[in-house]
Amino acid sequence: MTMTATRTAEAAAGPAAQPILSVRNIEAIYDNVILVLRGVSLEVPEGSIVALLGGNGAGKSTTLKSISTMITAERGRVSKGSIHFRGERTDQLTPGALVGMGMVQVMEGRMCFGHLTVEENLVAGAYTRKLSKAQIRDELERVYAYFPRLKERRTSQAGYTSGGEQQMTAIGRAMMAKPRMLLLDEPSMGLAPQIVAEIFEIVRDLNEKEGVSILLAEQNTAVALKYANYGYILESGRIMMDGPAADLAANKDVREFYLGMSSDGRDSFRNRKSYRRKKRWI
Amino acid sequence: MNPEILFFFEVLLGGLLAGVMYSLVALGFVLIYKASSVFNFAQGAMVFFAVLSFVGFMELGLPFFLALLVTVGLMVLVGMATERFVLRPLVNQHEDTLLMATIGLAFVLEGLAQLVWGVEVRRLDLGIPDVPIMWIADATGIFVSALDLVAGLVAAVMVAVLAIVFSRTKVGLGLRAVADGHGAAMSIGIPLSQVWVFVWATAGIVALVAGMLWGARAGVQFALVGLALKALPVLIIGGFTSVPGVIVAGLIVGASEKLAEVYIGPYFGGGIEGWAPYMLAVLFLMFRPEGLFGERIIRRV
Repeated sequence: MTMTATRTAEAAAGPAAQPILSVRNIEAIYDNVILVLRGVSLEVPEGSIVALLGGNGAGKSTTLKSISTMITAERGRVSKGSIHFRGERTDQLTPGALVGMGMVQVMEGRMCFGHLTVEENLVAGAYTRKLSKAQIRDELERVYAYFPRLKERRTSQAGYTSGGEQQMTAIGRAMMAKPRMLLLDEPSMGLAPQIVAEIFEIVRDLNEKEGVSILLAEQNTAVALKYANYGYILESGRIMMDGPAADLAANKDVREFYLGMSSDGRDSFRNRKSYRRKKRWI
Repeated sequence: MNPEILFFFEVLLGGLLAGVMYSLVALGFVLIYKASSVFNFAQGAMVFFAVLSFVGFMELGLPFFLALLVTVGLMVLVGMATERFVLRPLVNQHEDTLLMATIGLAFVLEGLAQLVWGVEVRRLDLGIPDVPIMWIADATGIFVSALDLVAGLVAAVMVAVLAIVFSRTKVGLGLRAVADGHGAAMSIGIPLSQVWVFVWATAGIVALVAGMLWGARAGVQFALVGLALKALPVLIIGGFTSVPGVIVAGLIVGASEKLAEVYIGPYFGGGIEGWAPYMLAVLFLMFRPEGLFGERIIRRV
Protein backbone atom coordinates (compact mmCIF):
# COMPACT_ATOMS: atom_id res chain seq x y z
CA MET A 1 0.00 0.00 0.00
CA THR A 2 1.32 3.37 -0.94
CA MET A 3 0.27 6.58 0.72
CA THR A 4 -2.92 8.34 -0.28
CA ALA A 5 -1.12 11.54 -1.17
CA THR A 6 1.00 9.92 -3.86
CA ARG A 7 -2.06 8.26 -5.34
CA THR A 8 -3.81 11.59 -5.96
CA ALA A 9 -0.74 12.71 -7.84
CA GLU A 10 -0.80 9.58 -9.93
CA ALA A 11 -4.44 10.08 -10.71
CA ALA A 12 -3.72 13.37 -12.39
CA ALA A 13 -1.17 11.69 -14.62
CA GLY A 14 -3.59 9.03 -15.85
CA PRO A 15 -4.82 5.60 -14.81
CA ALA A 16 -3.00 4.72 -11.63
CA ALA A 17 -1.36 1.42 -11.00
CA GLN A 18 -3.26 1.22 -7.73
CA PRO A 19 -7.05 1.11 -8.03
CA ILE A 20 -9.02 3.74 -6.10
CA LEU A 21 -11.21 0.98 -4.74
CA SER A 22 -10.40 -2.64 -4.25
CA VAL A 23 -12.76 -5.18 -2.78
CA ARG A 24 -11.22 -8.50 -1.83
CA ASN A 25 -13.24 -11.61 -1.33
CA ILE A 26 -15.97 -10.09 0.84
CA GLU A 27 -18.89 -11.87 2.39
CA ALA A 28 -21.91 -9.87 3.49
CA ILE A 29 -24.47 -11.18 5.89
CA TYR A 30 -27.80 -9.76 7.09
CA ASP A 31 -29.19 -10.45 10.56
CA ASN A 32 -26.32 -12.89 11.06
CA VAL A 33 -28.14 -15.51 9.00
CA ILE A 34 -28.74 -14.38 5.45
CA LEU A 35 -25.52 -14.66 3.51
CA VAL A 36 -25.92 -12.46 0.45
CA LEU A 37 -22.39 -12.07 -0.87
CA ARG A 38 -20.18 -15.15 -1.04
CA GLY A 39 -16.74 -13.87 -1.85
CA VAL A 40 -16.98 -10.87 -4.14
CA SER A 41 -13.80 -9.27 -5.42
CA LEU A 42 -13.60 -6.27 -7.70
CA GLU A 43 -11.47 -3.28 -8.49
CA VAL A 44 -12.24 0.21 -9.68
CA PRO A 45 -9.25 1.91 -11.34
CA GLU A 46 -8.95 5.62 -10.60
CA GLY A 47 -10.97 7.71 -13.06
CA SER A 48 -12.92 4.84 -14.59
CA ILE A 49 -16.57 3.81 -14.80
CA VAL A 50 -17.18 0.26 -13.66
CA ALA A 51 -20.53 -1.47 -13.99
CA LEU A 52 -21.86 -4.12 -11.65
CA LEU A 53 -24.47 -6.15 -13.51
CA GLY A 54 -26.87 -8.88 -12.63
CA GLY A 55 -30.50 -9.74 -12.08
CA ASN A 56 -32.74 -9.17 -9.08
CA GLY A 57 -31.27 -10.40 -5.84
CA ALA A 58 -27.86 -11.03 -7.35
CA GLY A 59 -26.25 -8.86 -4.66
CA LYS A 60 -25.52 -5.66 -6.57
CA SER A 61 -27.04 -3.32 -4.01
CA THR A 62 -25.53 -5.28 -1.15
CA THR A 63 -22.10 -4.98 -2.75
CA LEU A 64 -22.49 -1.20 -2.99
CA LYS A 65 -23.83 -0.95 0.56
CA SER A 66 -20.96 -3.07 1.82
CA ILE A 67 -18.52 -0.69 0.19
CA SER A 68 -20.25 2.44 1.53
CA THR A 69 -20.88 0.67 4.88
CA MET A 70 -24.55 1.63 4.61
CA ILE A 71 -25.17 -2.08 5.12
CA THR A 72 -24.76 -1.58 8.86
CA ALA A 73 -27.97 0.47 8.91
CA GLU A 74 -29.86 -2.56 7.63
CA ARG A 75 -28.61 -4.99 10.24
CA GLY A 76 -26.03 -6.33 7.88
CA ARG A 77 -22.26 -6.50 8.02
CA VAL A 78 -19.24 -7.49 6.03
CA SER A 79 -18.20 -10.72 7.69
CA LYS A 80 -15.14 -11.65 5.63
CA GLY A 81 -12.70 -10.10 3.25
CA SER A 82 -11.48 -6.54 3.04
CA ILE A 83 -12.27 -3.28 1.29
CA HIS A 84 -9.64 -0.66 0.57
CA PHE A 85 -10.49 2.85 -0.61
CA ARG A 86 -7.64 5.16 -1.61
CA GLY A 87 -5.25 2.79 0.04
CA GLU A 88 -6.98 2.67 3.41
CA ARG A 89 -8.99 -0.15 4.81
CA THR A 90 -12.58 1.04 5.10
CA ASP A 91 -14.89 -1.89 5.75
CA GLN A 92 -15.34 -1.07 9.43
CA LEU A 93 -15.82 2.69 9.06
CA THR A 94 -19.09 4.65 9.06
CA PRO A 95 -20.83 6.14 6.00
CA GLY A 96 -20.03 9.60 7.34
CA ALA A 97 -16.31 8.83 7.52
CA LEU A 98 -16.36 7.53 3.96
CA VAL A 99 -18.10 10.67 2.72
CA GLY A 100 -15.27 12.57 4.36
CA MET A 101 -12.73 10.41 2.50
CA GLY A 102 -14.48 11.13 -0.78
CA MET A 103 -16.90 8.29 -1.40
CA VAL A 104 -20.63 8.93 -1.66
CA GLN A 105 -23.35 6.45 -2.44
CA VAL A 106 -26.46 7.46 -4.37
CA MET A 107 -29.02 5.06 -3.04
CA GLU A 108 -31.45 3.01 -5.04
CA GLY A 109 -34.83 4.64 -5.61
CA ARG A 110 -33.41 8.16 -5.60
CA MET A 111 -34.18 8.99 -1.98
CA CYS A 112 -34.37 12.75 -2.23
CA PHE A 113 -35.43 14.73 0.78
CA GLY A 114 -38.99 15.20 -0.49
CA HIS A 115 -39.98 18.12 1.70
CA LEU A 116 -36.80 20.08 1.06
CA THR A 117 -36.40 22.14 -2.06
CA VAL A 118 -34.07 20.92 -4.78
CA GLU A 119 -31.51 23.50 -3.71
CA GLU A 120 -31.77 22.58 -0.03
CA ASN A 121 -31.20 18.98 -1.07
CA LEU A 122 -28.00 19.99 -2.78
CA VAL A 123 -26.83 22.14 0.13
CA ALA A 124 -27.45 19.21 2.48
CA GLY A 125 -25.02 17.23 0.30
CA ALA A 126 -22.22 19.52 1.47
CA TYR A 127 -23.08 18.87 5.13
CA THR A 128 -19.77 17.22 5.95
CA ARG A 129 -17.73 20.05 4.41
CA LYS A 130 -17.01 23.22 6.26
CA LEU A 131 -17.92 25.84 3.69
CA SER A 132 -18.83 29.50 3.85
CA LYS A 133 -22.04 30.81 2.29
CA ALA A 134 -20.10 32.04 -0.74
CA GLN A 135 -18.31 28.72 -1.17
CA ILE A 136 -21.64 26.91 -1.06
CA ARG A 137 -22.90 29.23 -3.79
CA ASP A 138 -19.86 28.35 -5.93
CA GLU A 139 -20.39 24.65 -5.33
CA LEU A 140 -24.06 24.98 -6.27
CA GLU A 141 -23.12 26.69 -9.52
CA ARG A 142 -20.58 23.94 -10.23
CA VAL A 143 -23.30 21.28 -9.84
CA TYR A 144 -25.93 23.30 -11.71
CA ALA A 145 -23.53 23.47 -14.65
CA TYR A 146 -23.92 19.70 -15.04
CA PHE A 147 -27.64 19.71 -14.24
CA PRO A 148 -29.16 22.81 -15.83
CA ARG A 149 -32.59 21.31 -15.23
CA LEU A 150 -32.05 21.42 -11.49
CA LYS A 151 -31.29 25.11 -11.63
CA GLU A 152 -34.70 25.71 -13.17
CA ARG A 153 -36.36 23.66 -10.44
CA ARG A 154 -34.20 24.90 -7.57
CA THR A 155 -37.09 26.26 -5.48
CA SER A 156 -39.45 23.33 -6.05
CA GLN A 157 -39.99 20.78 -3.33
CA ALA A 158 -37.99 17.78 -4.45
CA GLY A 159 -40.90 15.44 -3.75
CA TYR A 160 -42.92 17.12 -6.47
CA THR A 161 -40.29 16.95 -9.21
CA SER A 162 -40.19 14.23 -11.86
CA GLY A 163 -38.39 10.92 -11.41
CA GLY A 164 -35.54 12.03 -13.64
CA GLU A 165 -35.16 15.29 -11.75
CA GLN A 166 -35.13 13.41 -8.47
CA GLN A 167 -32.38 11.14 -9.74
CA MET A 168 -30.45 14.22 -10.84
CA THR A 169 -31.02 15.83 -7.45
CA ALA A 170 -29.69 12.72 -5.75
CA ILE A 171 -26.56 12.62 -7.93
CA GLY A 172 -26.07 16.38 -7.69
CA ARG A 173 -26.43 16.17 -3.92
CA ALA A 174 -23.72 13.53 -3.83
CA MET A 175 -21.49 15.75 -6.00
CA MET A 176 -21.80 18.56 -3.42
CA ALA A 177 -19.62 16.48 -1.11
CA LYS A 178 -16.87 16.75 -3.76
CA PRO A 179 -16.38 13.01 -3.93
CA ARG A 180 -13.49 11.15 -5.57
CA MET A 181 -15.81 8.26 -6.14
CA LEU A 182 -19.55 7.78 -6.61
CA LEU A 183 -21.48 4.60 -6.03
CA LEU A 184 -24.65 4.71 -8.12
CA ASP A 185 -27.35 2.18 -7.38
CA GLU A 186 -29.70 1.66 -10.32
CA PRO A 187 -29.70 5.20 -11.70
CA SER A 188 -32.00 4.04 -14.52
CA MET A 189 -34.69 2.65 -12.25
CA GLY A 190 -38.21 3.59 -13.29
CA LEU A 191 -37.10 6.19 -15.84
CA ALA A 192 -37.94 6.61 -19.51
CA PRO A 193 -35.13 5.54 -21.89
CA GLN A 194 -34.57 9.13 -23.00
CA ILE A 195 -34.10 10.31 -19.40
CA VAL A 196 -31.84 7.34 -18.69
CA ALA A 197 -29.63 8.40 -21.61
CA GLU A 198 -29.61 12.00 -20.35
CA ILE A 199 -28.54 10.93 -16.89
CA PHE A 200 -25.84 8.58 -18.15
CA GLU A 201 -24.47 11.37 -20.36
CA ILE A 202 -24.19 13.57 -17.28
CA VAL A 203 -22.56 10.76 -15.34
CA ARG A 204 -19.96 10.36 -18.09
CA ASP A 205 -19.46 14.13 -18.07
CA LEU A 206 -18.84 14.08 -14.33
CA ASN A 207 -16.41 11.22 -14.80
CA GLU A 208 -14.47 13.01 -17.52
CA LYS A 209 -14.49 16.59 -16.25
CA GLU A 210 -14.42 16.07 -12.49
CA GLY A 211 -12.36 12.91 -12.61
CA VAL A 212 -14.81 11.08 -10.38
CA SER A 213 -14.45 7.32 -10.42
CA ILE A 214 -17.79 5.57 -10.69
CA LEU A 215 -19.07 2.19 -9.64
CA LEU A 216 -22.62 1.65 -10.79
CA ALA A 217 -25.03 -1.19 -10.20
CA GLU A 218 -27.45 -1.67 -13.07
CA GLN A 219 -30.03 -4.07 -14.36
CA ASN A 220 -30.10 -2.19 -17.62
CA THR A 221 -27.13 -4.06 -19.03
CA ALA A 222 -27.17 -2.47 -22.46
CA VAL A 223 -26.97 1.11 -21.18
CA ALA A 224 -24.49 0.28 -18.46
CA LEU A 225 -22.08 -1.45 -20.86
CA LYS A 226 -22.37 1.43 -23.28
CA TYR A 227 -21.04 3.93 -20.75
CA ALA A 228 -18.78 1.78 -18.57
CA ASN A 229 -15.13 0.89 -19.15
CA TYR A 230 -15.28 -2.38 -17.32
CA GLY A 231 -18.01 -4.68 -16.06
CA TYR A 232 -18.58 -7.38 -13.47
CA ILE A 233 -21.51 -9.78 -13.61
CA LEU A 234 -22.90 -10.93 -10.30
CA GLU A 235 -25.09 -13.92 -9.78
CA SER A 236 -26.24 -15.28 -6.42
CA GLY A 237 -23.63 -13.29 -4.57
CA ARG A 238 -20.67 -14.34 -6.70
CA ILE A 239 -18.87 -12.68 -9.58
CA MET A 240 -19.55 -14.95 -12.53
CA MET A 241 -17.69 -13.04 -15.18
CA ASP A 242 -15.80 -9.82 -15.66
CA GLY A 243 -14.06 -7.99 -18.44
CA PRO A 244 -13.81 -4.76 -20.41
CA ALA A 245 -17.28 -3.45 -21.24
CA ALA A 246 -16.84 -3.96 -24.98
CA ASP A 247 -15.81 -7.61 -24.49
CA LEU A 248 -18.77 -8.26 -22.23
CA ALA A 249 -21.16 -6.65 -24.68
CA ALA A 250 -19.82 -8.94 -27.39
CA ASN A 251 -19.81 -12.07 -25.25
CA LYS A 252 -22.24 -14.72 -26.44
CA ASP A 253 -23.55 -15.64 -22.99
CA VAL A 254 -23.96 -12.05 -21.89
CA ARG A 255 -25.83 -11.28 -25.09
CA GLU A 256 -28.10 -14.21 -24.53
CA PHE A 257 -28.77 -13.88 -20.81
CA TYR A 258 -28.57 -10.16 -20.20
CA LEU A 259 -29.19 -8.45 -23.49
CA GLY A 260 -31.87 -10.79 -24.85
CA MET A 261 -30.07 -11.46 -28.10
CA SER A 262 -28.73 -14.51 -29.86
CA SER A 263 -25.68 -14.53 -32.09
CA ASP A 264 -27.84 -13.62 -35.06
CA GLY A 265 -29.55 -10.51 -33.77
CA ARG A 266 -32.46 -10.00 -31.43
CA ASP A 267 -34.19 -13.14 -30.32
CA SER A 268 -37.68 -13.86 -29.10
CA PHE A 269 -38.06 -14.79 -25.46
CA ARG A 270 -40.28 -17.66 -26.60
CA ASN A 271 -37.30 -19.51 -28.02
CA ARG A 272 -35.39 -19.47 -24.78
CA LYS A 273 -35.71 -22.31 -22.36
CA SER A 274 -35.37 -21.20 -18.78
CA TYR A 275 -33.43 -24.26 -17.63
CA ARG A 276 -30.63 -23.49 -20.03
CA ARG A 277 -29.62 -20.68 -17.78
CA LYS A 278 -28.79 -23.06 -14.95
CA LYS A 279 -27.00 -25.47 -17.23
CA ARG A 280 -24.77 -22.77 -18.54
CA TRP A 281 -23.67 -21.11 -15.36
CA ILE A 282 -23.29 -23.85 -12.84
CA MET B 1 -64.68 51.19 28.21
CA ASN B 2 -67.65 48.92 28.22
CA PRO B 3 -67.08 46.29 30.95
CA GLU B 4 -68.52 43.56 28.66
CA ILE B 5 -65.87 44.23 26.04
CA LEU B 6 -63.20 44.55 28.70
CA PHE B 7 -64.19 41.20 30.06
CA PHE B 8 -64.04 39.70 26.57
CA PHE B 9 -60.49 40.98 26.12
CA GLU B 10 -59.51 39.71 29.52
CA VAL B 11 -60.76 36.23 28.69
CA LEU B 12 -59.11 36.37 25.26
CA LEU B 13 -55.77 37.48 26.67
CA GLY B 14 -55.87 34.88 29.41
CA GLY B 15 -56.62 32.29 26.75
CA LEU B 16 -53.84 33.44 24.46
CA LEU B 17 -51.30 33.37 27.27
CA ALA B 18 -52.39 29.89 28.31
CA GLY B 19 -52.19 29.00 24.64
CA VAL B 20 -48.53 29.97 24.42
CA MET B 21 -47.83 27.50 27.18
CA TYR B 22 -49.64 24.79 25.21
CA SER B 23 -47.45 25.73 22.26
CA LEU B 24 -44.41 25.19 24.42
CA VAL B 25 -45.43 21.64 25.26
CA ALA B 26 -46.40 20.94 21.66
CA LEU B 27 -43.06 22.31 20.50
CA GLY B 28 -41.27 19.39 22.11
CA PHE B 29 -43.36 17.01 20.01
CA VAL B 30 -42.71 18.93 16.80
CA LEU B 31 -38.95 18.94 17.35
CA ILE B 32 -38.78 15.20 17.65
CA TYR B 33 -41.39 14.52 15.01
CA LYS B 34 -39.47 16.62 12.52
CA ALA B 35 -36.19 14.88 13.12
CA SER B 36 -37.31 11.30 13.41
CA SER B 37 -40.90 11.15 12.13
CA VAL B 38 -41.95 9.68 15.42
CA PHE B 39 -44.67 10.85 17.74
CA ASN B 40 -42.82 11.04 21.02
CA PHE B 41 -45.16 9.54 23.55
CA ALA B 42 -42.66 10.33 26.25
CA GLN B 43 -42.87 14.12 25.88
CA GLY B 44 -45.28 14.45 28.83
CA ALA B 45 -43.06 12.19 30.88
CA MET B 46 -40.08 14.34 29.96
CA VAL B 47 -41.90 17.44 31.21
CA PHE B 48 -42.60 15.69 34.49
CA PHE B 49 -39.13 14.19 34.77
CA ALA B 50 -37.44 17.50 34.04
CA VAL B 51 -39.33 19.71 36.43
CA LEU B 52 -39.41 17.11 39.21
CA SER B 53 -35.65 16.81 38.97
CA PHE B 54 -35.34 20.59 39.03
CA VAL B 55 -37.43 20.86 42.17
CA GLY B 56 -35.52 17.94 43.63
CA PHE B 57 -32.18 19.68 43.10
CA MET B 58 -33.59 22.85 44.67
CA GLU B 59 -34.66 20.84 47.70
CA LEU B 60 -31.14 19.47 47.97
CA GLY B 61 -30.12 23.06 48.56
CA LEU B 62 -28.85 24.10 45.14
CA PRO B 63 -29.50 27.72 44.26
CA PHE B 64 -32.02 28.40 41.49
CA PHE B 65 -29.62 28.89 38.59
CA LEU B 66 -27.32 26.05 39.57
CA ALA B 67 -30.32 23.73 39.82
CA LEU B 68 -31.46 24.93 36.41
CA LEU B 69 -28.03 24.29 34.94
CA VAL B 70 -27.77 20.84 36.47
CA THR B 71 -31.22 19.93 35.18
CA VAL B 72 -30.39 21.15 31.68
CA GLY B 73 -27.30 18.95 31.83
CA LEU B 74 -29.45 16.06 33.00
CA MET B 75 -31.84 16.51 30.08
CA VAL B 76 -28.89 16.51 27.67
CA LEU B 77 -27.79 13.24 29.26
CA VAL B 78 -31.31 11.85 28.85
CA GLY B 79 -31.17 12.86 25.19
CA MET B 80 -27.84 11.11 24.72
CA ALA B 81 -29.03 7.99 26.51
CA THR B 82 -32.20 7.92 24.42
CA GLU B 83 -30.16 8.14 21.23
CA ARG B 84 -27.76 5.43 22.35
CA PHE B 85 -30.17 2.89 23.79
CA VAL B 86 -33.46 3.55 21.99
CA LEU B 87 -32.90 5.22 18.62
CA ARG B 88 -29.61 3.78 17.47
CA PRO B 89 -30.65 0.14 17.72
CA LEU B 90 -33.86 1.01 15.88
CA VAL B 91 -32.37 2.96 13.00
CA ASN B 92 -34.19 2.39 9.71
CA GLN B 93 -36.99 0.56 11.50
CA HIS B 94 -40.64 1.29 10.90
CA GLU B 95 -42.06 4.42 12.54
CA ASP B 96 -44.53 2.33 14.55
CA THR B 97 -41.62 0.54 16.16
CA LEU B 98 -40.19 3.87 17.26
CA LEU B 99 -43.57 4.99 18.57
CA MET B 100 -43.78 1.88 20.75
CA ALA B 101 -40.26 2.53 21.94
CA THR B 102 -41.23 6.04 23.09
CA ILE B 103 -44.15 4.60 25.06
CA GLY B 104 -41.62 2.43 26.84
CA LEU B 105 -39.41 5.44 27.37
CA ALA B 106 -42.34 7.31 28.93
CA PHE B 107 -42.77 4.59 31.56
CA VAL B 108 -39.06 4.51 32.28
CA LEU B 109 -38.87 8.28 32.77
CA GLU B 110 -42.02 8.47 34.91
CA GLY B 111 -40.87 5.58 37.05
CA LEU B 112 -37.31 6.83 37.38
CA ALA B 113 -38.41 10.32 38.38
CA GLN B 114 -40.73 9.05 41.10
CA LEU B 115 -38.23 6.46 42.28
CA VAL B 116 -35.58 9.09 42.84
CA TRP B 117 -37.61 12.07 43.97
CA GLY B 118 -40.72 10.54 45.50
CA VAL B 119 -44.36 10.85 44.59
CA GLU B 120 -45.66 13.75 46.67
CA VAL B 121 -46.84 16.96 45.03
CA ARG B 122 -44.19 19.70 45.22
CA ARG B 123 -44.58 23.41 45.17
CA LEU B 124 -42.44 25.37 42.76
CA ASP B 125 -41.90 29.06 43.45
CA LEU B 126 -40.30 30.89 40.57
CA GLY B 127 -40.55 34.17 42.42
CA ILE B 128 -43.14 35.44 39.98
CA PRO B 129 -46.48 36.02 41.66
CA ASP B 130 -49.57 34.57 40.02
CA VAL B 131 -51.50 37.80 40.61
CA PRO B 132 -52.70 40.54 38.25
CA ILE B 133 -50.20 43.23 37.36
CA MET B 134 -51.63 46.36 38.87
CA TRP B 135 -50.28 48.99 36.49
CA ILE B 136 -51.81 47.19 33.52
CA ALA B 137 -55.05 46.79 35.40
CA ASP B 138 -55.04 50.47 36.31
CA ALA B 139 -54.23 51.62 32.81
CA THR B 140 -56.55 49.41 30.80
CA GLY B 141 -58.87 47.74 33.24
CA ILE B 142 -57.71 44.30 32.11
CA PHE B 143 -56.39 41.87 34.70
CA VAL B 144 -53.33 39.92 33.53
CA SER B 145 -51.40 37.59 35.77
CA ALA B 146 -47.68 38.33 35.97
CA LEU B 147 -46.92 34.61 35.72
CA ASP B 148 -49.01 34.30 32.57
CA LEU B 149 -47.21 37.22 31.01
CA VAL B 150 -43.73 35.91 31.84
CA ALA B 151 -44.70 32.44 30.67
CA GLY B 152 -45.98 33.85 27.43
CA LEU B 153 -42.80 35.84 26.85
CA VAL B 154 -40.49 32.94 27.64
CA ALA B 155 -42.45 30.65 25.35
CA ALA B 156 -42.47 33.21 22.56
CA VAL B 157 -38.70 33.64 22.74
CA MET B 158 -38.05 29.89 22.72
CA VAL B 159 -40.37 29.37 19.80
CA ALA B 160 -38.74 32.17 17.82
CA VAL B 161 -35.23 30.84 18.47
CA LEU B 162 -36.19 27.34 17.42
CA ALA B 163 -37.95 28.55 14.28
CA ILE B 164 -34.74 30.31 13.24
CA VAL B 165 -32.61 27.28 14.07
CA PHE B 166 -34.81 25.10 11.86
CA SER B 167 -34.94 27.28 8.83
CA ARG B 168 -31.62 29.12 8.83
CA THR B 169 -28.91 26.97 10.35
CA LYS B 170 -26.92 24.01 9.17
CA VAL B 171 -28.05 21.79 11.99
CA GLY B 172 -31.65 22.75 11.13
CA LEU B 173 -31.14 21.66 7.54
CA GLY B 174 -29.57 18.43 8.72
CA LEU B 175 -32.52 17.87 10.98
CA ARG B 176 -35.07 18.35 8.22
CA ALA B 177 -33.05 16.09 5.96
CA VAL B 178 -32.94 13.36 8.58
CA ALA B 179 -36.70 13.69 9.00
CA ASP B 180 -37.20 12.99 5.30
CA GLY B 181 -35.10 9.86 5.20
CA HIS B 182 -32.63 8.29 7.59
CA GLY B 183 -30.93 6.28 4.87
CA ALA B 184 -30.48 9.14 2.45
CA ALA B 185 -29.22 11.41 5.23
CA MET B 186 -26.67 8.80 6.31
CA SER B 187 -25.52 8.27 2.74
CA ILE B 188 -24.41 11.88 2.40
CA GLY B 189 -22.67 11.78 5.74
CA ILE B 190 -25.12 13.62 8.01
CA PRO B 191 -24.34 12.19 11.45
CA LEU B 192 -27.69 10.83 12.58
CA SER B 193 -26.63 10.34 16.17
CA GLN B 194 -25.48 13.95 16.54
CA VAL B 195 -28.70 15.29 15.06
CA TRP B 196 -30.76 13.07 17.34
CA VAL B 197 -28.86 13.96 20.47
CA PHE B 198 -29.30 17.62 19.57
CA VAL B 199 -33.03 17.19 19.03
CA TRP B 200 -33.75 15.11 22.08
CA ALA B 201 -31.68 17.34 24.30
CA THR B 202 -33.47 20.40 22.94
CA ALA B 203 -36.84 18.72 23.42
CA GLY B 204 -35.76 17.93 26.96
CA ILE B 205 -34.88 21.55 27.65
CA VAL B 206 -38.17 22.71 26.15
CA ALA B 207 -39.89 20.15 28.39
CA LEU B 208 -38.06 21.58 31.40
CA VAL B 209 -39.19 25.13 30.63
CA ALA B 210 -42.77 24.01 30.01
CA GLY B 211 -42.70 21.98 33.21
CA MET B 212 -41.40 24.90 35.25
CA LEU B 213 -44.06 27.26 33.96
CA TRP B 214 -46.89 24.79 34.44
CA GLY B 215 -45.47 23.50 37.69
CA ALA B 216 -45.35 26.98 39.14
CA ARG B 217 -49.06 27.26 38.52
CA ALA B 218 -50.44 23.82 39.17
CA GLY B 219 -47.78 22.26 41.41
CA VAL B 220 -45.18 19.74 40.39
CA GLN B 221 -47.06 16.49 40.23
CA PHE B 222 -47.75 13.45 38.14
CA ALA B 223 -50.70 15.20 36.48
CA LEU B 224 -48.14 17.12 34.40
CA VAL B 225 -47.77 14.01 32.27
CA GLY B 226 -51.34 14.64 31.16
CA LEU B 227 -50.23 18.00 29.77
CA ALA B 228 -49.09 16.09 26.74
CA LEU B 229 -52.75 15.46 25.99
CA LYS B 230 -53.38 19.19 25.87
CA ALA B 231 -50.71 19.42 23.21
CA LEU B 232 -52.52 16.95 20.97
CA PRO B 233 -55.21 19.29 19.60
CA VAL B 234 -52.50 21.92 19.19
CA LEU B 235 -50.46 19.51 17.08
CA ILE B 236 -53.40 18.43 14.99
CA ILE B 237 -54.49 21.98 14.30
CA GLY B 238 -51.03 23.37 13.68
CA GLY B 239 -49.56 20.40 11.87
CA PHE B 240 -47.03 17.99 13.32
CA THR B 241 -44.10 19.41 11.44
CA SER B 242 -44.50 23.15 11.73
CA VAL B 243 -43.00 25.37 14.38
CA PRO B 244 -45.06 28.44 13.38
CA GLY B 245 -48.11 26.19 13.12
CA VAL B 246 -47.71 25.14 16.71
CA ILE B 247 -47.59 28.74 17.88
CA VAL B 248 -50.71 29.77 15.99
CA ALA B 249 -52.54 26.61 16.96
CA GLY B 250 -51.57 27.02 20.60
CA LEU B 251 -53.05 30.52 20.56
CA ILE B 252 -56.18 29.25 18.83
CA VAL B 253 -56.63 26.44 21.31
CA GLY B 254 -55.95 28.65 24.32
CA ALA B 255 -58.23 31.44 23.20
CA SER B 256 -61.04 29.24 21.93
CA GLU B 257 -61.21 27.06 25.02
CA LYS B 258 -61.46 30.05 27.35
CA LEU B 259 -63.95 31.88 25.15
CA ALA B 260 -65.98 28.73 24.65
CA GLU B 261 -66.04 28.16 28.39
CA VAL B 262 -67.27 31.66 29.12
CA TYR B 263 -69.70 32.21 26.26
CA ILE B 264 -70.90 28.77 25.17
CA GLY B 265 -70.21 26.87 28.37
CA PRO B 266 -73.33 28.04 30.26
CA TYR B 267 -75.57 26.38 27.67
CA PHE B 268 -73.97 23.02 28.37
CA GLY B 269 -73.74 23.51 32.10
CA GLY B 270 -70.08 24.60 31.94
CA GLY B 271 -66.86 22.63 31.98
CA ILE B 272 -66.46 22.55 28.22
CA GLU B 273 -62.95 23.98 28.43
CA GLY B 274 -61.63 20.46 28.73
CA TRP B 275 -63.04 19.15 25.51
CA ALA B 276 -63.71 22.13 23.25
CA PRO B 277 -60.18 22.01 21.72
CA TYR B 278 -60.65 18.36 20.84
CA MET B 279 -63.85 19.18 18.97
CA LEU B 280 -61.90 21.75 17.01
CA ALA B 281 -59.19 19.16 16.37
CA VAL B 282 -61.77 16.71 15.06
CA LEU B 283 -63.03 19.34 12.64
CA PHE B 284 -59.47 19.84 11.42
CA LEU B 285 -58.96 16.12 11.02
CA MET B 286 -62.06 16.02 8.84
CA PHE B 287 -61.31 18.98 6.61
CA ARG B 288 -57.59 19.68 6.81
CA PRO B 289 -55.77 16.67 8.19
CA GLU B 290 -52.29 18.10 7.63
CA GLY B 291 -53.14 21.03 9.92
CA LEU B 292 -52.76 24.74 9.27
CA PHE B 293 -49.09 24.74 8.39
CA GLY B 294 -48.24 21.07 8.23
CA GLU B 295 -46.36 19.57 5.35
CA ARG B 296 -48.58 17.79 2.92
CA ILE B 297 -47.69 14.17 2.65
CA ILE B 298 -46.07 13.87 -0.75
CA ARG B 299 -47.04 10.73 -2.57
CA ARG B 300 -46.08 10.20 -6.15
CA VAL B 301 -46.91 7.11 -8.11
